[in-house]
Amino acid sequence: MVTNAASFGRSGVHDYILLRASAVILACYTIFLVGFIACSAPLTFEIWNGLFASLPMKVFTLITLIALLIHAWIGVWQVLTDYVKHTALRGVLQFTFVLIAFSYLASGIVIVWGV
Amino acid sequence: MELSEQNVKKQRPVHLDLQTISFPATAIASILHRISGVIMLFAIGILLWLLNSTLTSADGFASVQSLFDGFVMKFIIWGILTALGYHLLGGIRHLIMDAGHWEELASGVSSAKATFVLAVVFSIIAGIWVW
Repeated sequence: MVTNAASFGRSGVHDYILLRASAVILACYTIFLVGFIACSAPLTFEIWNGLFASLPMKVFTLITLIALLIHAWIGVWQVLTDYVKHTALRGVLQFTFVLIAFSYLASGIVIVWGV
Repeated sequence: MELSEQNVKKQRPVHLDLQTISFPATAIASILHRISGVIMLFAIGILLWLLNSTLTSADGFASVQSLFDGFVMKFIIWGILTALGYHLLGGIRHLIMDAGHWEELASGVSSAKATFVLAVVFSIIAGIWVW
């Protein structure tokens, strides 16, 4: 068995479950937010700000960004291990993408905190 | 390289006529899922920047609204929605396959093609919505 140091979960099966669990959260958030924007047209600052001022929406947003970190980590790992054969380059790219996903989570916390 | 591996490589027919090579619908569905996924990873950065601007102040909200009057912003958002729509549809197809359906070649090809059609419909709806 090959041990994958760059994978997110503890095993391939764990990654498989995490990828799908995070996908369901991302899909729910996407459908909710697109639906909200479509239904509340014309969207005003008061409606938009009010949505993100509520605690459930802040929690939903942060859970979604955690799900995004997991989903992107595993997804990028799958793509990079298939196409980038140079180990050092793959490591640097994986590091960069995971760093980007972590930055999204960090900025998400700051953004909803201030509302 | 081991001797056995060399033999396997020698015996393989080489076919690199790019004019006649065409990917099956399932392969195109797979690569598009990967491409749209990578696009989305960058798109989230744009969306978070927009979220930050719109939530900071009413002025920020208004400035983002005026950004949406321009073609570039509309095109970027339409592109993001198209990639998102395809990735979402492809993901739902994957979940259905995980549940044990559409796993045969014929049903796999049909579901891949159905995903393309729905993604184009989504993209058109997104275009109408944005413009």
